[in-house]
Amino acid sequence: MSFTRSFTQYLGRFWVPSLLLIFWEVFSRSGYIPPALLPAPSRVFMSWADWVFSIDEFTQDNAGHWYLDAFASSVRVFSGYCIASLLGIGLGVGIGWSRIFEKTVEPTLQMLRPIPPVSWIPLAIIWFGIANKPAIFLVFLGAFFPILMNTIHGVKTVSRDLLRAAAMAGATERQMLRFVVIPASMPSIFAGLRIGVGSAWMLTVTSEMVAVKSGLGYVLWDSYYFLRYDMVIASMISIGLLGFLSDFGLKMIMHKLLRWQQAGTLQGVNS
Amino acid sequence: MSFIQLNDIVKEFHDPVRGTKTLAIDHVSLSVEKKEFVCLIGPSGCGKSTLLNMVAGFEKPTSGTVLVGGQPITGPGADRGMVFQQPNLMPWLPVWDNIAFALKLKGLSKTERQQAAQPFIDAVKLRGFERHFPGELSGGMAQRVGIARALLQNPAVILMDEPFAALDAQTKLEMQEELVAIWEKYNSTIVFVTHSVDEALILGTQIAIMTHRPGKLRELIKVDLDRPRDVTSAEFNQIKRHVMEVIKEEAQLAREVAPI
Repeated sequence: MSFTRSFTQYLGRFWVPSLLLIFWEVFSRSGYIPPALLPAPSRVFMSWADWVFSIDEFTQDNAGHWYLDAFASSVRVFSGYCIASLLGIGLGVGIGWSRIFEKTVEPTLQMLRPIPPVSWIPLAIIWFGIANKPAIFLVFLGAFFPILMNTIHGVKTVSRDLLRAAAMAGATERQMLRFVVIPASMPSIFAGLRIGVGSAWMLTVTSEMVAVKSGLGYVLWDSYYFLRYDMVIASMISIGLLGFLSDFGLKMIMHKLLRWQQAGTLQGVNS
Repeated sequence: MSFIQLNDIVKEFHDPVRGTKTLAIDHVSLSVEKKEFVCLIGPSGCGKSTLLNMVAGFEKPTSGTVLVGGQPITGPGADRGMVFQQPNLMPWLPVWDNIAFALKLKGLSKTERQQAAQPFIDAVKLRGFERHFPGELSGGMAQRVGIARALLQNPAVILMDEPFAALDAQTKLEMQEELVAIWEKYNSTIVFVTHSVDEALILGTQIAIMTHRPGKLRELIKVDLDRPRDVTSAEFNQIKRHVMEVIKEEAQLAREVAPI
């Protein structure tokens, strides 16, 4: 009884996507618009399978190259994201903790923040040339600010009472940072890291459009020139999937590190 | 010379926005001998918490000196233990790690800290909860952790700022009983701020009653009743009546000076 009920509930979440897929399939096969402009989901799936496993060479040069493309994009995202995390958390803790540091650094950063990462492309290319570096730079720009802002917020909202307790235990300023401020800011920092990883993947297409000749974003843009909309959609789904997996990984780390946060809420009070 | 000594303390608060000065404490002197349990009581806003914060090192007197064990207080430090109104535990540390937090700062290893924390965990009856996180504890248990943390820092000097105010009546009674047992076991000197006359009479060897703002020391009462204190006895209620009259009078005066 309860099994069948939970099973039907489980199925419930697939209703909407299934209906959408069926509608999409029927619509693109109806001949209402040329199938090349809106390939059916079955077509996208087959192309994607060929891109990954090289089944029928339907995707020509790309057949079997998915892993290389996914790897190339992942390396760029990972590099840019790591730099963004290190700088974002480092500067964020500094700005949140020290008034002087905040006054000297924050206005500049806040002025740079609203500039769209895309608008850096010309400068990024003349600074870094045509290779991985400008792409990594753009990913960095996208991920940096959400991580920075959330870290600042986390550090500024550390409870004064906890700092008093630590002071009473004899903590020096450095010890306060290490043993109170940083652990207390962890939930905010992770919120920033999760937003940041999304922004990082969002910038793959933009950064690979201009400066490099590999990666999922490059395949997407290249397929557009050849009117291969099946591959365009397959690239979009690939980016979405990798973004989802990165976020999932972060979530796992977060659950491990922030075990204390779930302690009281999920499992109830063990008294 | 007394163990804890407040010499002629004056505290003025400046409000830079309004450009006003408020005299919070007006020439208070108080001497606490070793093993005394002093309860500071008075109408709200009389400066009793400010006075305690000066012993803790969070506030500096405008004039006057605070000495503990002959040493002037320059700031907060692990040579005194403080129990706050809220438990103020690090939510990411399990119970034992919270209790031994001062030792973590000194760089002691995990096993050393665990060993050092254990007797205090037992003293506050939290055996079996060492690995729980503060979010999993009830209010009373969390405050026990706070007391154990203060004891580990230095059982000789314990400062308490209304530590039981947020607990329910039943838990409060239990905790008061246990605090007396702990005080006897460790020969502690305790300064305890409270607004409850009953609490002060159940716990204290002395009760320091403060006047309305600016706070002065109005009266120092020695409480020589047998322990455990019988709240229904005639002697208990005789002192209670007196203390309540004094506080009522001060609260009345406070309202006349500045309506709350």
